[in-house]
Amino acid sequence: MAGPRKSLLTRAGRPLVVAGFAVLLAFPFYWMAITTFKQTSDLYNLQNNPFVFNAKPTLEHLELLLHQTLFLRWFWNTTIAGAAVVAITLLLSVPAAYALARLTGRWGQRLGIGIFLTYLIPPTLLFIPMARVVTRLGLQDTLWAIIVTYPTFTVPFSIWLLMGFFKAIPRDLEEAALVDGLTRLGAFVRLVIPISVSGILTVVIFSFTLVTQEFVYALTFISSAEHQTVGVGVPIYLVRGDVYYWGSLMAACLITSLPIAVVYNLFLDRFIAGFTVGAVK
Amino acid sequence: MAVSTAEIEGVRPYARRRLRGARLLGLALFSPAVLYIVALVGLPFALAFLYSVGNVTVGSVGYRFVGLENFRSVLQSPAFRRALLNSFVFTICTQVIVIVCANVLALALRERFRGRGLVRFLILLPWVAPISLGAIGWKWILDSLYSVINWTLARMHLVNLFDPPMWLGEPALAMASVILVHAWRMIPFSTVILLAGLTSIPREIPEAAAVDGAGFWRTHFEITLPMMRPIINVAVLFGVIFTFTDMTVVYILTRGGPYDSTQVLPSLAFFTGVLGSDLAEGAAISVFLVPILVVVAALMLRIAYRAEVT
Repeated sequence: MAGPRKSLLTRAGRPLVVAGFAVLLAFPFYWMAITTFKQTSDLYNLQNNPFVFNAKPTLEHLELLLHQTLFLRWFWNTTIAGAAVVAITLLLSVPAAYALARLTGRWGQRLGIGIFLTYLIPPTLLFIPMARVVTRLGLQDTLWAIIVTYPTFTVPFSIWLLMGFFKAIPRDLEEAALVDGLTRLGAFVRLVIPISVSGILTVVIFSFTLVTQEFVYALTFISSAEHQTVGVGVPIYLVRGDVYYWGSLMAACLITSLPIAVVYNLFLDRFIAGFTVGAVK
Repeated sequence: MAVSTAEIEGVRPYARRRLRGARLLGLALFSPAVLYIVALVGLPFALAFLYSVGNVTVGSVGYRFVGLENFRSVLQSPAFRRALLNSFVFTICTQVIVIVCANVLALALRERFRGRGLVRFLILLPWVAPISLGAIGWKWILDSLYSVINWTLARMHLVNLFDPPMWLGEPALAMASVILVHAWRMIPFSTVILLAGLTSIPREIPEAAAVDGAGFWRTHFEITLPMMRPIINVAVLFGVIFTFTDMTVVYILTRGGPYDSTQVLPSLAFFTGVLGSDLAEGAAISVFLVPILVVVAALMLRIAYRAEVT
C-alpha cells in the first residue's frame, strides 16, 4: 500500500468516514423500510422510540398500497412507458452513434459532442413549449406524451455512451468483414451490434432508470391520476387532501427505489465513463 | 475532415465509390436521431424564447410580439427576484458541500476493503432512487409533528418536543433543508465521478512523493488534487446543471413556500407557466436558466476538446 508511513488519522479515519457517510446517505431508505412495516399507532406515538419497532410489524400499509391505491397501475404505466422509451432510444441512438463513431470522420466526433450538449438542456427549460407541442399532437394526459418526449433526454446521452463503445471496436474487425463481402450495413448489423451487446444493455438500463426518475414532464403533461407514472403518482396522488399516509407512501418509495438501485449499481462504471467526457483516460 | 483530398484522389475508383457509399450510409444512420432532436429539443428551445417575448396564454391561439414586456414584469416581481437569488444560493451552497464531501468520501473509498460493494450500494442510493421519492422520504423525516430529527434532538435536550423546529415551515430552516436534500442527492454522483478520476492516477506518483517524505496531506493537496482538477471540474459542472435546473426537491418539500422563500427559477416557472397558465411569463422565467447553461456547456466543451487533443 501507499507510503511507508501512514498517518494514524487516515488509518483510523477511513472506516469512520465511510461508515458515517453510508449511514447518512442511506438513512432515508432505512426510514422508509421501518415506516412501511410499523403499525399506525406505533408510527404516530411521540412517546415511542421511532428507530425501532415498539409493536409487532404489520403489512397493513403494504396491503393498503397494493389493493386500495393506483400504485400498481402507476408501476405498470412506468414499465410500459419505460419499455417504449428504451425501444425508441435504441432505434435512434444505435445507428446514429455508429455513424458518428465510424463513418463521418472527425466532424462526427464534433457532432457527437454537440448532441451530448443537448443532454444539458433541462426539462424545466422546455416544459412550457413542450406542453404546447404535446397538446398539438393530441397526446396530453396520455402515456404517449411521455413516450414521445422522454427520448429527448435519453437519446443524446445514449448516443454519447455508444459512440465510446463503438470506437473501442478495432477497425480491422469490420475491414475484414468488408473484405469477406459484407456491406457496411451488413457489417454493422451482423458484426458490430452483436459484439456491442454490453454497451447496448448499458443504454437500456440507463434509459429505463431515467424514465423512472423523471418528474417534471409527467407532472406537466399528465393530469389524471390513472395515467401517471410512479415518480409523480406516489408523491402527488398518494396524498389525500392534506393527509399523508406515511406508511403506504414509504412502502411505495421503497418498492420502487430498491430494484432500480440494484440494477443501476451493476452498470455504474459504464455510466460514469459517459459522464467523465473523456477527462479520465 | 477525416480523409484528406490527396487520399481521395489517390485511391482507386472502387474505393472512392465505397467512401461515398459510407458517407451516404452515415447520413442515413444518424439523420433520424438528429431530426428527432431538432424537432423535440430544438423546436421547443426556440419556442421558449419566442414565448418569452410574446403574448401567449393557455386559452389564446394568436401570438403577438411584445418585446421585453414579460421580462420587465417578471423582473419587477419580488417572487422572481427571490427565486433568482435562491437558485444561485442553493446551487452554490449545495456544490460546496458536495465537492468537499465527495472528495473526502472518494479518498476513503479508493482502497479495496471488505464490504466495499455493499457500502458503495448504500452510498449510491440517493442518486439512483427517483428523486421525487427520495424527497418525499425527507418530507417525512422533516415532518412538523413526527420528525425523527426532532425526536432525537429532544432526547439530547436540544429542542423542546412540544415546540419543535419546523424544518419546512420556517424560511431559513426550509432553505437549509432544501440545500441539504440537494446535497444528499448529489454527493453519490460526484463521489463516483471523483473515484473514477482517483483510480486513473498512476499509483507510482503519490507513492514516490511519499517516499520523498511528503506526508498524506501534502501529497493530497500538492499532487493528487491538482491531477484531479479536470475530473473535479466535470463533477462540478454536472452538479451545477442538475441542481440549478431542478424543481423536484423544492416542489415536493415546500412547494416553494413558506411565502415563496424557497422558490427557485424552475419551480416558479412551473407555478407561473403551467399552473398559472401564463405561458409567456413562465417561459421568460425559464429563459433565465439559459446563461448558466451556456457557460456550463462552454466549459464542458473545453474539457472535451482538451481530452480529445491530449
